[in-house]
Amino acid sequence: MASLTSAYPTSKLRAKPGLLERLDLPRRVVFVAAASMIIVVAMLMIFIVWQGTQLFVKDGYSLGAIFDAKWDPLADTPEFGILPFILGTIVVTAGALLISTPLSVGVALFLSEVAPKWAKSIVQPALEIFVGIPSVVWGWLGITVLVPFLADTFNGPIVISLPIVGTIFSMPGFLTGFSWLAGSLVLSIMVLPTITSVSYDAFRAVPQELRTGSLALGTTRWQMIRHILIPSALSGVLTAVVLGMTRAAGEALAVQMVIGNSPTLPEAITQPMTTLTSQITLDMGNTVFGEPWQDALWTMSLVLLVISITSVVLVRVINKRRMGS
Amino acid sequence: MPITAVYPEPVLRRVEVTAPRAAVQVAARPADIKIATEHVSISYGDKVAVRDVSLTVQDRSILALIGPSGSGKSTFLRCFNRMNDLIPGASVKGEVCLDGENVMEADVSVVELRRRVGMVFQRPNPFPMSIYENVAYGPRRRGLNDRRKLNDLVETSLKRAALWDEVKDDLRRKSGLALSGGQQQRLCIARVLATDPEVILMDEPASALDPVSTLRIEELMRELREAYTIVIVTHNMQQAARVSDVTAFFTMADDRAGYLVEVGPTGQIFTRPSEQLTEDYISGRFG
Amino acid sequence: MTANAGSIGRSSGAKPSLKGKASRGSILADRAATVVLWGTGALVLLILGSIILHFAMAAWGVVSLSFILDNPSQTTLGGIMPVLWNSIYMLALTMLIAVPVGLLGGIYMAEYAGDNIVTGAIRFAEESISSVPSIVVGLFGLILFVDDFHWGFTALAGALALTFFNLPLMTRLSEQALRAVPQDERSASLALGATKWQTIRHVVVPLAIPGLITGVILTAGRVFGEAAVLLFTAGIGTPPHYNFMNLDITNPTSPWSPFRPATTLSVYIYKLNSEGLGAFKNQIVDGSAAILISMVLIFNLGARFVGRVLSRKLTAS
Repeated sequence: MASLTSAYPTSKLRAKPGLLERLDLPRRVVFVAAASMIIVVAMLMIFIVWQGTQLFVKDGYSLGAIFDAKWDPLADTPEFGILPFILGTIVVTAGALLISTPLSVGVALFLSEVAPKWAKSIVQPALEIFVGIPSVVWGWLGITVLVPFLADTFNGPIVISLPIVGTIFSMPGFLTGFSWLAGSLVLSIMVLPTITSVSYDAFRAVPQELRTGSLALGTTRWQMIRHILIPSALSGVLTAVVLGMTRAAGEALAVQMVIGNSPTLPEAITQPMTTLTSQITLDMGNTVFGEPWQDALWTMSLVLLVISITSVVLVRVINKRRMGS
Repeated sequence: MPITAVYPEPVLRRVEVTAPRAAVQVAARPADIKIATEHVSISYGDKVAVRDVSLTVQDRSILALIGPSGSGKSTFLRCFNRMNDLIPGASVKGEVCLDGENVMEADVSVVELRRRVGMVFQRPNPFPMSIYENVAYGPRRRGLNDRRKLNDLVETSLKRAALWDEVKDDLRRKSGLALSGGQQQRLCIARVLATDPEVILMDEPASALDPVSTLRIEELMRELREAYTIVIVTHNMQQAARVSDVTAFFTMADDRAGYLVEVGPTGQIFTRPSEQLTEDYISGRFG
Repeated sequence: MTANAGSIGRSSGAKPSLKGKASRGSILADRAATVVLWGTGALVLLILGSIILHFAMAAWGVVSLSFILDNPSQTTLGGIMPVLWNSIYMLALTMLIAVPVGLLGGIYMAEYAGDNIVTGAIRFAEESISSVPSIVVGLFGLILFVDDFHWGFTALAGALALTFFNLPLMTRLSEQALRAVPQDERSASLALGATKWQTIRHVVVPLAIPGLITGVILTAGRVFGEAAVLLFTAGIGTPPHYNFMNLDITNPTSPWSPFRPATTLSVYIYKLNSEGLGAFKNQIVDGSAAILISMVLIFNLGARFVGRVLSRKLTAS
């Protein structure tokens, strides 16, 4: 009677691996797929750095001339001061974070500490849909809803007659509603899901025992949130804000559609201004490859690249510190 | 608007070191009853976890809840300070009276209740802050911010939890998490003592600790009994026999609901229990 | 030791009632915080609800079958068929590249990657691309494909740039889905003498399918709405009238060819807004935005639904 094992070819425990096994093709293929991201990033960095430095190397502009407030590409001797764009990006982003951070952290706390199951199962999918809404749609909403609303409301007689607030909103430039404020408001909604979901994860990562420990000592839930939860999750919330900042600074179309695009240094939240991304989007199509104007746009994209890589490093530093403590 | 409560002087129950009590009266006078439960049943959704438990705890005594896993001891313990409120779907029926006041009533402030009924958990759970801040946490939340009073309170609490000598040199520098497991648990006890409770609930406080730390905790419990009413859940029958005055034995019914088999003076429960089930459990025949 | 500790005082005497007002301040603060936190949750729903309602109203009377199926027109409302086609075409082309590469990359990260410098570099690259602004990725595509390769504005250039941009997301979602498969399943297969690759192919990947599909759909949703990457790679021109009978994919006039400019729906919205002057501009953009939002909803609900159904099927069988 044949034994069951005779169905298999004889094998030895110490058999030398065959060529196919030694090649381990699957491992090599999946490795190449994963490593392709390194190639993409390396190439992207090389190309952007190369193009972004042409303004200095080829066109002979000095660093001082670039970090200047004067932007006039059509003058006889064109000036490419990109300071208004850098400052514009900084202030619009700061405005967005100022609005969005408290709100997002609130939503994250709501989801992680307060919401019963049913409420969570509505708000969480809603946030995912927020993430999915394309930036042109946000921009269009900004133009058709937010900008007219701002213009009508804040240019109205009641607001203008208020002290301080009235002074701000009667400043020149806020006739149309296209403004720093509009840009920050649109961005604040766009980064809300990012900040919310990352801080939510940070709150969930706080051990349950710390919550019960605090509540068992007779503290209220809010005292527990303020004195245990938020301090414990602080580095996670900080990561969330940095990620939100990266997203806000890099957002192009929605901002460009509502900000008014005036290449001046930002002075008041009611004024139209511009950002790095807006100006690149607007001008890239109007310029010719190799001319100084376009090289200035590449320099601006280099600045954007530096901002985003810096934030990646920053997030890593924050997280490493969290692991360390 | 007043920010928080008026916090009285930094106070801890005075401990009078007395001779060990020779015999414990289970049938205490009504005035001595600290906690009384009447027909307490606890369920999660439609699953009954604890059924119809009625017992009393005498003031300044230690009650041990023993029984096999799943017999609902911990769940029962958690209704004394209403920690079951935090579990979605949990519902408690019956009465739990603290000094004659039913804590299950809707208008009872759980915050107030938990200040009077403190709790120590199975796994030590110090907050990620300094030892000092851990102990000062409860008093601070009650609005006590006077530095000198806080210092006194922290010192007293740590002394009473038998931790002071080990940590006094780096109270503010060392994180509570940097202590050993046994020290962490004593820190958690100090943290509870600082809120000046009348009752301390302990949910298997030594089960995550090594034998030496366990002995220290037990020693501590016997000292604390002089000033506090203690209810402890334990898996360890020797522990119950060593520290408690009264023991309550829980087990599981056929439908997996926990119930109280019998309660009596510890010596009696461990030597001549009146129920066969108890005897089987004590002698290691099941559980 | 207790003797020296207990000398401070005694709090007995009149005990505060459990219903006392001793901690009214902190309880009021707690109530207020609870109300505020509920408010933030409600605000999210309110904003989303009003957005959906807004577009439902704006699209009323605009979106119809002919709006979806007609070519654009100078004189009437016309339709958005060519740009909608391009969106779908670009989506398919991008996913054709991004899904296999992302899945395989995810397999490496979940099953093979050790704790070494190469893995660290891959993770750093993953995080970097995720945080580089989409407009910069588009510009990279512009130099590489449009200028250096002399492709001009083509669907393929756009799809590759979109792949670059979405590869980290696809890889990460695949990795997560694969990591969610319990270790026991791998051990069981390996203990039966299967090789590592056989285990991955026949045990791990099939078990991860619900998660993988959810990941694909979520990535697809993001690809569908993306515009900034495409502005300078796939082009922004008005699409010609397509002849769908022209199946020669090497011919740049065929709608099936990857070597032709392809303005997508999102890019079209941007273009109309920045330069459109037609009488129907607002209606067309409202209608297009409504279609984009509907697609987002479909992708999201689809991902949820498919994930749920598949995992139920897998666990039941």
